[in-house]
Amino acid sequence: MPPLARRNLFHDKIRLTVTLTGIVFAVVLIVVELGLFVGFTVTTSSLIDKADVDLWIVSKHTPYIEQGSTFSERKLYEVLATPGVASADKYIVRWAQWKRKDGAEVGVQAVGFNPYTGIGGPWNVVQGNVQDLKTPDAVMVDELYKEKLGVTRVGEVFEINGRRARVVGFTRGIRAFTTTPYVFTSFKNAQGYCQLGEDQTLFILVRALPGADLKTLRHNIESRLRNVDALPKAEFSNMTRFYWMFTTGAGVAVLIAALLGLVVGVVVVAQTIYATTMDHIREFGTLKAMGAANGYIYRVIITQAGISALIGYGLAMLVSVFIVRASESGGAAILLPWQLAVGIFFLTMLMCVSAAIVSINKVTSLDPAMVFKG
Amino acid sequence: MQPVISVRGVNKVYSEGASQVPALFDIDLDVAPGEVVLLMGPSGSGKTTLLSIMGCILKATSGSVRIAGAEVAGLSEKQLPGIRLEHIGFVFQGFNLFPTLSVGENVELALDLKGIGGAKAKHEARRLLEQVGLLSKYDTFPTDLSGGQKQRVAIARALAGSPGVILADEPTAALDSHTGRSVMQMMRDLAHQRGRAVVVVTHDNRVLEFGDRIVRMEDGRIVTAADEVSKIPPQWAIATEVQPPSQAC
Ligand SMILES: Nc1ncnc2c1ncn2[C@@H]1O[C@H](COP(=O)(O)OP(=O)(O)OP(=O)(O)O)[C@@H](O)[C@H]1O
Ligand SMILES: [Mg+2]
Repeated sequence: MPPLARRNLFHDKIRLTVTLTGIVFAVVLIVVELGLFVGFTVTTSSLIDKADVDLWIVSKHTPYIEQGSTFSERKLYEVLATPGVASADKYIVRWAQWKRKDGAEVGVQAVGFNPYTGIGGPWNVVQGNVQDLKTPDAVMVDELYKEKLGVTRVGEVFEINGRRARVVGFTRGIRAFTTTPYVFTSFKNAQGYCQLGEDQTLFILVRALPGADLKTLRHNIESRLRNVDALPKAEFSNMTRFYWMFTTGAGVAVLIAALLGLVVGVVVVAQTIYATTMDHIREFGTLKAMGAANGYIYRVIITQAGISALIGYGLAMLVSVFIVRASESGGAAILLPWQLAVGIFFLTMLMCVSAAIVSINKVTSLDPAMVFKG
Repeated sequence: MQPVISVRGVNKVYSEGASQVPALFDIDLDVAPGEVVLLMGPSGSGKTTLLSIMGCILKATSGSVRIAGAEVAGLSEKQLPGIRLEHIGFVFQGFNLFPTLSVGENVELALDLKGIGGAKAKHEARRLLEQVGLLSKYDTFPTDLSGGQKQRVAIARALAGSPGVILADEPTAALDSHTGRSVMQMMRDLAHQRGRAVVVVTHDNRVLEFGDRIVRMEDGRIVTAADEVSKIPPQWAIATEVQPPSQAC
């Protein structure tokens, strides 16, 4: 097929520029919003996803990780005694007040884990060592929140709910969705910071023996221990994600913005493709008179849309990569996993091809007899 | 000689909203391979309408239209493009070339429509352009051609896929008389040397000599004067304008 679609598309450089600008804006908007959505989603459940365990034991009806309630740590022994359990650790995630040197108080989430196993502890440690958290008062925070917490370097001492907290290290890129920074510390310290009773915990993290059936294990634990749920990791992760993304409306807002991007894209592209079609309407009439079936002409128009989509997507990805990079050190992470990039590619194609439908309708109703009119 | 186009009792009424505009009344016309028929008459007499019906671009309101022996009057809108593709090449007053395609690609596009692609299309396009004397312009774009050259490219394009019928609406109207004559000469060669049936709508008295037969129209009717009927070349002799009805298939 002679390159009619491509030639017609590239013939009017200004219109092509407008088309591509429209696509790039729309796609970048979609990338940013969906990337935020992915970033938010991953962030909300990162503590759960990063802890290498099989079951989270939570007090009954706990809806998401920030809403854990206390229960007796004696349950730990009952869990350990359950067949199929390899290990179990107490775990805390709870709000606390961090006092900066200037006296200002900042809300934080104390994360108390077992520093001897490291389960549920910090990842991406860039300064210091998880082992350092075994010492009393030792805490670790993320570089992202240095300014917020008033921390400049390792060794500085602060107060959490009136108790000493000495910074022994930093992590990189551990965000909290609520923007309330995580402060990693030992379980014992966290109990103190959060003013829990000596025998209280919020969660128990369970690893099953290799080959153990999780369903059975869950059932066994839930029937032995009263007033707790034993949630598989993925389930608790999804509950937490769903709460923050949908129950709070945060996710809905970004999804709506992404949808707006899509609508803007469709409208802009439809408009320019339609204008290009109208510019060449006589040629389409000629094609029809010559005996071209409608399908042949659709192919020309859809090819134009497809080429626009391809170039627009490429440019938009270039821009997006910069935005994603820049967001790494910003307040909210925009994540662009390859699956999302591939998904957006098809979305871009779909956007451009559906934008071509207006033009296709126009050409379908075109009377080939027009060719004889001067 | 069997006519390749056979029109019988054709009427055409255009519906424009509520109003009805009758354009053709009871038209009978046969066109045989190897002859050039000039369709003449005042503006609004129905020439383009008749040409469009013969070219399967318009449907007759009533009557019979046979192309290469097959009745097309009853065909659906979806089937007509196929008939055009197979049997008919069009030449337009305004050339209607694809401006973003080179001369060669214009012809290749017409071949592509007929399912001829790749190297075969290139070869065939060269052959057709050579036939109209424009092989050297293969890679030139239409804007860089003179009017006469454009019309010759359009003729080469109309010949793509070897249709039996060439229909032209005022092909010389946009050309000066010398160029117009050379285009008409080409049309006549197509008929006389290659056996195409050629119908040319024209206002242009300067091209009368290129027609084998002149069909005059007035107010939607054919009013051919008898003395204009007999300029037919012996090798494609056709008795009269009206043929016995062809057999049904
Ligand atoms: N699409 C249409 N809708 C309604 N009426 C039409 C249409 N096309 C043509 N007509 C009418 O049909 C009649 C014949 O028109 P046609 O175009 O066939 O004439 P023509 O002989 O080709 O004229 P010209 O020499 O000006 O091209 C005219 O009265 C014209 O107004
Ligand atoms: Mg006309």
